Amino acid sequence: MARDHLIRVSDLSVTYCADEGMPIRAVDGISLEISPQEIVGILGESGCGKSTLAGALLRLLPPGAKSEGGILFRGLELMNLPEAELRALRGREIALIPQDPALSLNPVITAGVLIGEVLRAHLPLSAAERRQRVKELLCEVGFDRPEEIYSAYPHQLSGGQRQRIAIAQAMACRPGLLVADEPTGKLDATLQSEIIELLSKIRQQHGTAILIISHDPAILAGFSDRIAVMYAGRIVEVGSSAEIFGRPLHPYTQALMRIASSMITSAGVISRFPAIAGESPDPGCIAEGCRFEPRCSERMDVCSQRYPQTFLPEPSRLVNCFKYGE
Amino acid sequence: MNYILRRLLRAMLLLVGVSALCFLFTEMAPGSFFDEMRLNPQISPETIAALRSSYGLDQPLAVRYARWVNAALRADLGYSIAYNAPVAPLLWSRAKNTLLLTTCALAITWLISVPLGVWAASRRGGLVDRAVTLASSFVISVPELVIAVGLLALVVRWRILPVGGMMSADSDALSMLAKLKDVARHLALPAFILILCETSIIVRHVRASVLEVLGATYVQAARGLGMSQSRLLFRHVLPVAANPAISLLGFSLAGLLSGSLIVEVVCGWPGLGPLILEATLSRDLYLVIGGIMFSALFMIGGNFVADMMLIVVDPRIRKEGVDAR
Ligand SMILES: Nc1ncnc2c1ncn2[C@@H]1O[C@H](COP(=O)(O)OP(=O)(O)O)[C@@H](O)[C@H]1O
Ligand code: SF4
Ligand SMILES: [Mg+2]
Repeated sequence: MARDHLIRVSDLSVTYCADEGMPIRAVDGISLEISPQEIVGILGESGCGKSTLAGALLRLLPPGAKSEGGILFRGLELMNLPEAELRALRGREIALIPQDPALSLNPVITAGVLIGEVLRAHLPLSAAERRQRVKELLCEVGFDRPEEIYSAYPHQLSGGQRQRIAIAQAMACRPGLLVADEPTGKLDATLQSEIIELLSKIRQQHGTAILIISHDPAILAGFSDRIAVMYAGRIVEVGSSAEIFGRPLHPYTQALMRIASSMITSAGVISRFPAIAGESPDPGCIAEGCRFEPRCSERMDVCSQRYPQTFLPEPSRLVNCFKYGE
Repeated sequence: MNYILRRLLRAMLLLVGVSALCFLFTEMAPGSFFDEMRLNPQISPETIAALRSSYGLDQPLAVRYARWVNAALRADLGYSIAYNAPVAPLLWSRAKNTLLLTTCALAITWLISVPLGVWAASRRGGLVDRAVTLASSFVISVPELVIAVGLLALVVRWRILPVGGMMSADSDALSMLAKLKDVARHLALPAFILILCETSIIVRHVRASVLEVLGATYVQAARGLGMSQSRLLFRHVLPVAANPAISLLGFSLAGLLSGSLIVEVVCGWPGLGPLILEATLSRDLYLVIGGIMFSALFMIGGNFVADMMLIVVDPRIRKEGVDAR
């Protein structure tokens, strides 16, 4: 191991085995490291396997899903950790902010209790101490009047407020790693930047490493330290935020950035990518070669024959494309 | 509150609807109480006509219905021709027995169904789950009447319980406690039949609603934050699953009431069932209508109680006063 990473994912794959039809390999051989206090962005189109990757990191996948590979967290191999120890780890050491807070908050439990439940699961606090901690957490995620929010049910809160509750839940036990799955996906532009600001503040104050998932480059710009670009279940390029935005190497990243720059100028809600010409491949049936090949304007003969290995065109940059080596 | 008012209004409308349909159907049904008298040459047609008009049966349907509603509002449900007595007290003396039977059956059904359904759902595919699924589909596939008659035959053959009526002939001489025990022994068979049939339905519904909530995104999210399995079940799943289960309470009361009509007849339990059957066969018009109205009242009342209980468990209804379903 080069540096002491917080988490080190190596050759991680997840296959959904549906009852009927082909098994779907939603995550295919992903390797990624996150250092303590680092913010890493995962950028990729809808359906490329981002949420599956997030779930796999917590070993929290639906019953039909099989995962292989290695996940080393603080020297602990999560892939062969028993369920009881995983439970103790989830929410305490690694916490997930799920994709849609409208669906991920229990409708019959008040916001305060929802946050308190996380504390209760991991820390030996009295009810009064817990209540106090929850109020502090509510202030921390930006509520002026925690009393009111404490006893509100999720359906009484706005989308932005619900997202803050989900963040407070995830932050309750001061985890080392926060996995935020599209934390701004359902919000408008102002709320998006507020949530991003909040996450930045959390990293500053608590040194929490954050893996932030988004389909929108504008969200990651200026926030994440490094960005991994994902395409059809694989990471195709990794680099620092400045490098990815300033000088993208992979043709897919380049296409993304062209679209993004034209969208950043026209302000407004960015909910989905306008399609890059062509469609991303069906994860059920994937061909041998480079997965971006059918949509790539720079494809070569070799591209359809085998998958491009990882090249290191510059130190600290990874790219999977035959333009950078043979 | 808005929600309560609307539920109350709905209950009233239902009662009006049921009573109107009752009148319409009894009007359309062939035959009348006086058919047999007409065959008797000793009774003159004039006598029958006089009788008919004395019961108000010569009036048009709308007039009869209006009169009945007017009287019913003052708890007068008309006059039974066969018993030659007012309908309401007659029905009430029987309805008490039906209520005793159905509330006992309802309570025990739920005491069994909820833990069993939750257990089956939380260990999905396990031994209990498979046993519950198999046994309940077996009971559901056999008609209630067949189960009732079959169990009655067994009880009679083995002489384990008294059959017919709700107390022994000599019960007047017994002490209070012995009397209670006597009633309980008479109640056991009809109650058991009802519980068996109803539990097999309710346990499946409970299981299904717990399974649905277990698969919800927010339960998965709570799991992702490290909640233990039992905490998840009792604090995060069951309060949500309680909503459909409570709606089911009203539904199960309906099932028990209609089931009890049959079971009472088969087991000779002196409730509304045998009375309504008898009244229907003899075309004792107001007794039939009154009996059906009593049943409907219990059913609608039960549903109303369930609706009120929902306010307690579901904050979406409680806080907003809106129907969240
Ligand atoms: N529970 C599941 N069962 C089967 N396939 C799934 C399941 N969840 C996701 N998938 C498939 O895996 C792929 C990746 O999904 P997901 O990880 O949700 O992508 P993203 O979060 O990037 O939009 C998709 O093709 C999706 O259809
Ligand atoms: S490997 Fe070939 S097809 Fe794939 S992105 Fe690079 S140039 Fe395009
Ligand atoms: Mg997703």
